Amino acid sequence: MTRPQIAKEKNPVFGTGILQGMWVTMKNFIDSYFKKADQGGIFTIQYPEELCRISENSRNFPFLVYDAAPDSPRCTACGICERECPTKCIHVEMAKDTAGKPLRKPAVFEIDYGLCMNCGMCEDVCPFDSIFMDRVYEIAGRDRTKDMLIGKDALLKPNAYFQKIRPKDAADIDARRKAAEAKKAAAARPATPPDAGGTAS
Amino acid sequence: MSETILNEPQTLEINFGPQHPSTHGVFRMRAVLDGETIRGLKLVIGYLHRNHEQIAENLTYPGVFAYTDRLDYLNSMQNNFGYALAAEKLAGITVPERAEYIRVIMAELARIVNHLLLVGFLLNDLGAFFTPCLYAVRERERILDIFEDVSGSRMMCNYFRFGGVKNDLTENQLGEIRKVVSRLPAFLDEFEALLSKNEILCMRCQNVGGLPKDLAVNAGITGPMLRASGINYDIRKTDRYSIYDRFDFKVPLGQKGDVYDRYYVRILEMRESVKIVEQAIAGIPRGEFLNAKTLPLLRNPRLFKPAAGEAYGRIESPKGELGYYLVSDGTPQPWRYHVRAPSLINLTVLEEMCVGQKIADAIVILGSIDIVLGETDR
Amino acid sequence: MNPAMSFLDSIFVNLKLWTLNLIGHFLPGWAVILASIVISGVVILCLGPVIMMYLTLLERKVVGRMQNRYGPNRVGPWGLLQPIADGIKMFTKEDIVPTNADKVIHLLAPIVIVVPALMVFLVVPFGRDMTAADLSIGVLYFIAVSSVTTLPIFMGSWASRNKYSMIGGMRTAAQMISYEVPMTLAVVPVIMMSQSLSTASIVNAQEGLRWFVFTPWGLAGFVIFFICTVAECNRPPFDLPEAESELVAGFHTEYSGMKFALFYMAEYMNAFTLSAIAVTLFLGGWQGPFLPSWVWFFTKTFALIFAMIWFRATFPRFRVDQLMGIAWKLLLPLTLVNMLVAGLWYFIPGITGWVGAAVILAVSFLGLTALNKPVIPEKRVYLLEN
Repeated sequence: MTRPQIAKEKNPVFGTGILQGMWVTMKNFIDSYFKKADQGGIFTIQYPEELCRISENSRNFPFLVYDAAPDSPRCTACGICERECPTKCIHVEMAKDTAGKPLRKPAVFEIDYGLCMNCGMCEDVCPFDSIFMDRVYEIAGRDRTKDMLIGKDALLKPNAYFQKIRPKDAADIDARRKAAEAKKAAAARPATPPDAGGTAS
Repeated sequence: MSETILNEPQTLEINFGPQHPSTHGVFRMRAVLDGETIRGLKLVIGYLHRNHEQIAENLTYPGVFAYTDRLDYLNSMQNNFGYALAAEKLAGITVPERAEYIRVIMAELARIVNHLLLVGFLLNDLGAFFTPCLYAVRERERILDIFEDVSGSRMMCNYFRFGGVKNDLTENQLGEIRKVVSRLPAFLDEFEALLSKNEILCMRCQNVGGLPKDLAVNAGITGPMLRASGINYDIRKTDRYSIYDRFDFKVPLGQKGDVYDRYYVRILEMRESVKIVEQAIAGIPRGEFLNAKTLPLLRNPRLFKPAAGEAYGRIESPKGELGYYLVSDGTPQPWRYHVRAPSLINLTVLEEMCVGQKIADAIVILGSIDIVLGETDR
Repeated sequence: MNPAMSFLDSIFVNLKLWTLNLIGHFLPGWAVILASIVISGVVILCLGPVIMMYLTLLERKVVGRMQNRYGPNRVGPWGLLQPIADGIKMFTKEDIVPTNADKVIHLLAPIVIVVPALMVFLVVPFGRDMTAADLSIGVLYFIAVSSVTTLPIFMGSWASRNKYSMIGGMRTAAQMISYEVPMTLAVVPVIMMSQSLSTASIVNAQEGLRWFVFTPWGLAGFVIFFICTVAECNRPPFDLPEAESELVAGFHTEYSGMKFALFYMAEYMNAFTLSAIAVTLFLGGWQGPFLPSWVWFFTKTFALIFAMIWFRATFPRFRVDQLMGIAWKLLLPLTLVNMLVAGLWYFIPGITGWVGAAVILAVSFLGLTALNKPVIPEKRVYLLEN
């Protein structure tokens, strides 16, 4: 069987390799004035005047979604994200009404951004489509304890924001929720025969 | 390193401390010098030990994926790949065709990313003042943008799942990958013109830090370091894991095992990876990107309860043989999890390679082994 | 040269004469002589550091462009105020002296390195009749003064009482002493041809466009001299003393604040003066058609400095033994051959002399590189197997 070989030629004169390298650098120097970024021009962007384009799927830190108003979030404080988070950075406490009966809403929902490692598992496991990964990255704070512990008020963002940052996923989820709502409404109407309904959600 | 060397009057012990511009992480070497020549070398590692294996014993199997990204943080796609292979062997899960193709594309892109960074930083250690490093990083940025588009994150990708990948590749993304990869051969030619024939580089790298064949095999060295010494052992060819046997690519071998051979073998490997990616994009079928049986695992990781047993899954990572050993006892949490890190094993021959060389060579030899401390110390 | 150009050409000389005239009305004769010396000295003392400051900016911008990025461009338009920001930073840093250090020498080293760098400015002919001090032994003075820089580097490294600094200092001492020899010998053919050691007369011997670099021995001498210059300034590819990636910072590890700034200043001023001397000796100094003389001088000097920056952006660095191998085994024999060839060229007129000189130089260069065989790249075969 043939064994293709690559032989590196010996340079005929000591110094030609050096001159070749210098030519490459000089070419880049001249191109940096005249060419665009893709063809050998300047590759850096001037932050903060220009921002780097980040993709739609980019994930940074989590946020919570509400549909109508901030005090009716989709989150039901089930605690699954808290249990599955690998770094245990989520802390959830269910709200209770005056009689002690649990309301399906979180009273406390805190995420420690200092521990969060942007893995996205909370988004994967949430059964209620309420926690998703956001894209903002200019969220620096000055204190590692106070500024990095983000509470419910800062985490809650409207569905319109979710639709803006991830239109495709938001559209899919909205369609699915609407279909589930329609099924539930159909099952709840008393005039319909019992077998036309289905399990909710 | 024998203590008698230290007691000789003219020797000097120098510490290349954990904080050093060129040791690729928090890595410490204690070198005993006689003038400029190295007489002995001792490694001190463990500065980045993060209890990775212990943490995994308290998490569910799918939950460990996010941590495997952080082992060899420069090519996280490959780390995910190895772990997915090990768990799929353990539980007997098959992977659909399209998912295999996507996995191979991502793995080879990760190989290119890793080699670009390594070659850039090796030349940086040699003193070339960042120019080759920035050229390599410029190309790498384009691939990292692809990773961000596909998986959500540039470095900590967390993209693979048991039975496939997390989300599908769109036609747009495939087109982007094709565009980026088509630029690479021309870039590699320019990069080689810059420095591969440069006399200074050749003087610094040829015949420096040679690794003899029998030492390499006896010490368990794998990866480009082994192939630069002339031994043809590439796990993609021997194990034929995933669908690597469908692609036509060659394995570059060096002859002397010195720093120059390791550098050049990596450049040739990048060219071969480009070929694999092009073939994969051309041949990718339509289909599922995730085995439907494992879809519920995304929602509830605790459903993954493999039968009691053990499995070892290994891949050809850009640094060597990356292996994952999993022992399960029927519960959703692994009973024992161990990572065979190629950087750690490859480091064991550093002393043999460095004794007799000069100090300036020790840094270059260390750079050519290609270590990442996240993997070495786990 | 047309009148406008010739006015511009002698503008600085006329300015100085006018000032001295003015002073002469008020003060006696000896004060005018003193004022003449003081004016030259003050101009040089201002020129040196300002050139150095803007050289650092130039370097960062040029290297940045070669790496496809802008250099510094935030402080002032095009980054022109960056050196001032750097200067303020260095002034306000804390001056740390290690406890075990030898305090007197630790303080003296940066001072001793800056002064010779400034002193060389005196013999550089910036333009027609614009040499600050036209010594009749100009070249000897320059060689002597620039070799003083070896000592303070070693002083600095020794006084720091630090293993890394000591290794860096020893390497530097070895390097600088090795490269003095070919540098001096490369200058000898120039002195032979111009029959004088004074820098101004060397420039005058290269009338119009008959610069020495256009002759075979001049070209070889220039290349050798330039390589030695790069080595003397500790610039890449010969920058082992400050090898950042190996020994943290070599001999100036333990220096901070203004002392470090003085080392830095000395390196750049050395780069400028050695380039200026190379221009004077080989590239015809301020000679050139059409433009004023000092414009030619600065253009040529900055072209050489651009070449130094280009080297920095492109090449990795040599190892110590390879560095010294080049100096002793390659450059030194070449300079000896060069001297013989220069004599040959002078005594054999016409085309025979030129061709003979070129051939002898080429043959000796190839022969020397072949003799140093272990050092040049060798043929490698890489197999691609399935």
